[in-house]
Formats: sequence, C-alpha cells, structure tokens
Amino acid sequence: MSGPQAAARVAKLRTGIPGIDFLTHGGLPEGRTCVVSGTAGSGKTILALHFLAAGIAEGQPGVFVTFEEPAEDLRRNVGSFGWDLAAWERGGRLAIIDATPDPATEEALAVGDYDLGGLVSRIAHAAGRVGARRIALDSLGSLFAQFTDHGIVRREIRRILSSLRPLGLTGLATSERVAEYGAVGRFGVEEFVADGVIILRNTLTEMRRRRTVEVLKMRGSAHAKGEHPFIILDGVGVEVIPLSALRLDPPASDVRRPTGIPELDAMCGGGFFENSIVIVSGATGTGKTLLATYFLGALPDEGPALMVAYEEGREQITRNARNWGLDLGPLLTSGQLRIECRYPEAAGLEDHLVHIKQLVDAHTPSRLVIDSLSALERIASDKSFREFAIDLTAFLKQHSVLTLLTTTTPTLTGGASLTNTHISTIADGIILLRHVELYGELQRGLAVLKMRGSDVDRRIREIIVSGEGLRIGEPIRNVAGVLSGNLTYILDDQSGFTRMAPRGPAEGGDGHPS
Amino acid sequence: MRNYVFRLFVTGGSARSEDALKNLRRICEEHVAGQYDLSVIDVLEHPQQAEALKILATPTLIKDGPPPPRRLIGDLSAYMEVVDGLDLQPKAPNTE
Repeated sequence: MSGPQAAARVAKLRTGIPGIDFLTHGGLPEGRTCVVSGTAGSGKTILALHFLAAGIAEGQPGVFVTFEEPAEDLRRNVGSFGWDLAAWERGGRLAIIDATPDPATEEALAVGDYDLGGLVSRIAHAAGRVGARRIALDSLGSLFAQFTDHGIVRREIRRILSSLRPLGLTGLATSERVAEYGAVGRFGVEEFVADGVIILRNTLTEMRRRRTVEVLKMRGSAHAKGEHPFIILDGVGVEVIPLSALRLDPPASDVRRPTGIPELDAMCGGGFFENSIVIVSGATGTGKTLLATYFLGALPDEGPALMVAYEEGREQITRNARNWGLDLGPLLTSGQLRIECRYPEAAGLEDHLVHIKQLVDAHTPSRLVIDSLSALERIASDKSFREFAIDLTAFLKQHSVLTLLTTTTPTLTGGASLTNTHISTIADGIILLRHVELYGELQRGLAVLKMRGSDVDRRIREIIVSGEGLRIGEPIRNVAGVLSGNLTYILDDQSGFTRMAPRGPAEGGDGHPS
Repeated sequence: MRNYVFRLFVTGGSARSEDALKNLRRICEEHVAGQYDLSVIDVLEHPQQAEALKILATPTLIKDGPPPPRRLIGDLSAYMEVVDGLDLQPKAPNTE
C-alpha cells in the first residue's frame, strides 16, 4: 500500500503552509481528514486555523468547527496572526460553527440513544453556504466531555468524518494527547481516522521550549520522518523549520567581492565569492568584530549591508569603529547599513533564525555579518544548534547573501570551538585570528585557513590596528604552533637564538580547528 | 392552566427520530393531554434553526415552557426519566 502506485491514487491538497507541505510531500490527502494530535498548548488550534487561513488566501473557503473555544473568543484571540475571521465570515469565505457547550442553556439530559445529526447538518449547510474546500474541527476530544457515552461519541465522530468526504472537504481534526511521548491520543481518535496523523510536541529542553511537528502517517504517500522544529509567529501562524528541505544546490558564483581590507583580498585570491559564507574564528579581542565592521562599512558601493549583533550594542560598535578610523554614521543614516542588536537569551534559537530570515527578507542585504554565532550556541543544545547552523547557511546561500559569521574560540590562544566543528564544512572560507605572543608582546595574527576555489596565501600575517584603520602586515616568522596556541619559536638566522614558549592548553593539539 | 411548549429537533426519516416522536407523543398524551404544543423540526431542512439553537445531537427536545427550560437528547425511550426531566405535572382535577 505504499510507493508510487498508492501515491498516484491519492490526490494532494497543498495546504499553503510551506513547512507542512514539505513534510507531507505536497500537502494533505484531498477529500480526507487528518488528525493533528498534541498536548494542551502545543499549537493545534493555530495549525488548524492556519490551514484554513492559507486556503482562504488561495481562494478556497473553509469551515471551522470549534468545540472548546467559543467563536467570539476565537475571533478575538487570533487577530495577532493577521487572521481577520470576522471579515472572512462577512465576505462569505469562512463559516464558524460554534459547537461549544452553551453556558446559558442547561446541560442536556441524555435519555436514550442519540446521534450528532444536528452537527452533521450544520456542517453540510455551512460548507454549502460558503462553498468550502477545507474544514477544521477543534477538537474532537472535547466531544467526549460534552457527551458522556463514549461509545456513541466514537460512532458519531466516524459518521461526521465520513460525511465530509461527499462534501469534497479536506480536513484537519485536532485531538488531545496527555503526554508528549507514548500513546498517540487520549481517546484513540487517531485509530479510526486513518488518513493521516500529525503530532505536535512542546517540550522543555535545556530550559527552553522547543516545539516540533512530526508526520506520523499520511495515507498513500511518503512523508518526511522525524520531528522538525517549528515556532508560532505573530503575523504568520505556524512556521516550520524543515531541515531536510534544504538542498545543496545554491547558485554558484565566480564573481569576487572585496573584503573591505585590500591585503585580505590579496590573501584570498582576490576577495570573497559573492554568495559565499566565511567564518572568522578567534579568541576574544583578536579583532573579529573589527574585521566584520570593515567588511560592512568600508565599502559603500557594495550594496545594502546588515549586521546582526549578539554581543555588543549599536553604540559600542559604531564608537569602536570610529576609534579605528571608520565612521559608520553616514551609512547608518542613509539606511545602507543596518545594525540589529539582540540578546541571545531573549529568544529561542528557532526565533533567532526566523528573525534573521525576516531581516534578510525585509532588507535584502548583499552582505551580512552575524556577530557572533557562538553567542547563539550558548542558548541551545548541540543538536538544535547544528540544525540551526545548517538551515541558516542554506537560507543565506539561497538568497545569495555574502555572509561573514564570527565565532569565538573558548581559549585565548586559539584551538577549536564547537561552532567551528559544526559549520566549518558548510563554510566556504575560514579565517583564523589569533593572539600571538612574540618576545613578551601580544600581537594579533591572521591566517586564511580555507577559501573554497581560491589560491590562498597560507602565511600567518600580523594585523596592525591603529587610529588610521586596520591593516594586514608582514607574515609572522620565527614562530610555530600559532593555530594550536602551542607556540614554539624557531631558530632565526638573524637573531640567532631559540626559545621555547610556555606550553598552552592542550586542546586542538592537531593544529586544525575543524 | 399550564401550557407545555416543546420543540423536537430530528434528523428526518431516521428510526431514532421516529422513536423519539412516538415516545414523546405517548408521554404527553398520558400526562399533559391537551396542554401541550409540539413542533417537530427536521435539521436537514432547517439547518439554520439548528445553528441558531446550537443543536449538535438529534433527537434534541427543547422545553420552552413552562420554566425551567430543559433540553433532553436521545430517543426518549426511558419513560420515567423523560417525565421527570420535563417536570410534567399531570392535569389537576377540574376545580372550576
């Protein structure tokens, strides 16, 4: 019953919710009803309404049957998503059936056998009135609270759902779960709604809420497996972050753009490729932000630039740049450069990702700096950070944004950082900044470790920072082990002496940050 | 003199609905004969009325008067529960 044959028999209705359409390989089975199962607060109602809202946006009217939240509350509560239910109702594009228990009427006394013929007839009438293509029922489980004979409720849920098919309705019905993992649903509704089951979860990991969506089954079709993070976003609804949606076919370009520092252009074989992602890795104080500031601020002809800063405020960044001979004022005033500052801890990783995407969509920068990526690493588990990094870099590639990501190494002298291990394979270029202790004096060194498709200058060069700006100087000679932080001074013919530096921490001892 | 006003919402043609109507008529005739008005509404023909009164189940019997208003659902097969549920007072002896 699976494979291409079965898939061919079940037509799909694209929901219009991009992540859901991806996970379900093209949408929900048309003319069928799928169950959305989740605990209280997992986002079931919002997903169900988003399904209708997306349909209405595509000219497919809908019916919403609410069993729990009175229609009046619903209209009021979902305004923040940009869904004007009352306007859609007036325009004949949405019908809401209020099937909540009416507090004004006395509870109905059950005397003998009954069915839910009243509801079935109301649904058929509403669907006919607006010409509905979609329906959402929220939630089936509350019928068990309104009607105490569970045998009848089961029979009637089956009858309601089968009454939807001749009406040509594609549906989502929500259902409660008691726990995030374990049995699928509280009342076993999912067992007899066999057309598809989507599970929403809302778990607490490392003190952060993490919402995920999983397509458990989908009749007649393959679908993406496993849990995929999503967030509930004002003005949008449900935003799924389907990691596996990313394809490794971003547009390739062989056009090079200047880096903002002429000597660095030369070291990289003529600049960065225009849609590449470059990591600048170094300990605190090595000049990562400075290099990033030059990348954004020294090239007014390179188009709009965006900096997302997680470690310093706008004032601090502009003041430091001024001290280094770079006045960002005119660029900021003209809107050519935007600096967006956020506390990493102010939101979850998924929210940061969506925030960055929204900024990129809104301002279409040709170059972007995220300073620093390691600040975001602090707030997430290893797995979610890896997903974040992959999704972010793929998004930026698809939008052809030349991006510089800074990462901070955990030790002063260098060595590997987690961020590097996660994304160094995705990055097109890696630039290392290191503190180098030379004869009792701290200097900064820069090396281009990797620059895809480029003939790079692999020597470690000195960085010179002064009031006139940032320059890259001569190669640092007579010293080995700069990458690992284990400095060894080498016999120099001119100076004629050799000295061993004290050994630094042992991490990254292979001399390679990735 | 009391006047009982009932509305019975049914799904037209279903056995359950016909049972409910039969049961209700019998109970009314035995307890409040000549003192009740009964209208039968088929939700298939009048979905708007079902919508207005938020009817989910059929059969649903609504007692509009005398107070208190009551709602009963089901085929009304449990005789005494219906009599109690509707608070039917048999016609008092004619006292002029």
